[in-house]
Amino acid sequence: MTESTVPQVSSTLSAADTIARWKLRWRISRDGAAVSPGLFRIGEPSAESPVIVTCNYRMTFDLVRRDLGGLDVWLLVLDTRGVNVWCAAGKGTFSSRELMLRAALTGLERYVSHRTLVLPQLGATGVSAADVRATSGWRVVFGPVRSRDLKAFLAAGMKATPAMRAVTFTFAERMAVVPVELVGAFVGWFALIPFALLGIGALVSWGGAAALIAQPLAAYLAGVIGGGVLVPALLPWLPGRALSLKGAEAGVIAGLLAGLVLSAPPLMIAADTLLAGAVASYIGVNFTGTTPYTSPSGVEKELRVALPLMGAASVLAGVLWVVQAFGG
Amino acid sequence: MDGFRYLGGVATLELDREKCTGCQVCLTVCPHAVFAVDNDRRVQIADLDACMECGACANNCAFGAITLTPGVGCAAAIIRGWVTNTEPSCGCSDDVSAPASACCGGAPVATGEPLGSDQPQAPA
Repeated sequence: MTESTVPQVSSTLSAADTIARWKLRWRISRDGAAVSPGLFRIGEPSAESPVIVTCNYRMTFDLVRRDLGGLDVWLLVLDTRGVNVWCAAGKGTFSSRELMLRAALTGLERYVSHRTLVLPQLGATGVSAADVRATSGWRVVFGPVRSRDLKAFLAAGMKATPAMRAVTFTFAERMAVVPVELVGAFVGWFALIPFALLGIGALVSWGGAAALIAQPLAAYLAGVIGGGVLVPALLPWLPGRALSLKGAEAGVIAGLLAGLVLSAPPLMIAADTLLAGAVASYIGVNFTGTTPYTSPSGVEKELRVALPLMGAASVLAGVLWVVQAFGG
Repeated sequence: MDGFRYLGGVATLELDREKCTGCQVCLTVCPHAVFAVDNDRRVQIADLDACMECGACANNCAFGAITLTPGVGCAAAIIRGWVTNTEPSCGCSDDVSAPASACCGGAPVATGEPLGSDQPQAPA
């Protein structure tokens, strides 16, 4: 046994870890999203200590080592290319193959006298316990969904309560992803949309007041806030089940408010409401990529209905602006 | 899932009770308590509309009793699949400039950052 060859990681998060998390949340940079995979020590584990398995996404790794603070355990970090466990399991990088490969590469069996690996429950999409057992002899135990339940899970003799097995989507969890959604609405060629809308505003309200020229852009921003902030915040309370519908509702409210605040003429308020509704509906339905309860069959069903409606509402908004500008 | 219900009547999940041996691994891995134990210890689908088609149950059923079309319930992935005429993919590990949604933590993958210590090696 040469434990000293296995690096020990701290269970205390530093200021640098907080900055790294902040950069990921605000989508400033994915540099540092991945940490090195491999075998690590938390505390001073012995041959009998449990082996906890996780992915190499920075935020996940930090949470897991923090939540294991005070225990003596082995931490096996799989190479998921800096992607979280659930997404990586769906994409096939948090997989039976990677688990067995990483265990073999790190020589895990030389450090422990048992054959049990504790995996996050959400890794089950990519890891088959039966396959791993049959191929390598390692016994996979699916632990709790959240790393903060690991201590209680281990203390209870590797037994999870129903609450530990259930996925949640609390207000705090929903709001944590708001920045990345908002920034996402303005990266790539999406960054051109505000300029295009300002151009359209200048064109249809030529010589008009600034508040009129800003109408299309204001409606778009209202839609982004409706879909990117109001939908996550009010998710359980917005009527209906389809995310595109929830988004449209939030966008209509935000667009209407924007039009009223800018004291736009009635037709322009209608146009603002339509565009904001369409934009928020689109951002809202894209929130299905973050929600932990939407099925692909359901998303496909609502997209087939909602996408044409979003297109129609946007075109109608454009027509109303032109009519107002030249006819009103 | 408390407080959240998605569109009903669409999930592709199916269970062949003839093949079920009652090992109940599906109950363990399901994040939405879709399955329940019957009085003969075998499993039944108790809440089909709660299924998000993640595929954890089918992947772990050693007896092939569960079938479904697994996938990511993500609009960006499905639209990308339509546009490129391929399987839905959330593109988290593809292009840095792609406007991926907040799934996968917001975006694509970067190269690994060393932890400051050497990679663990198997003892000689």
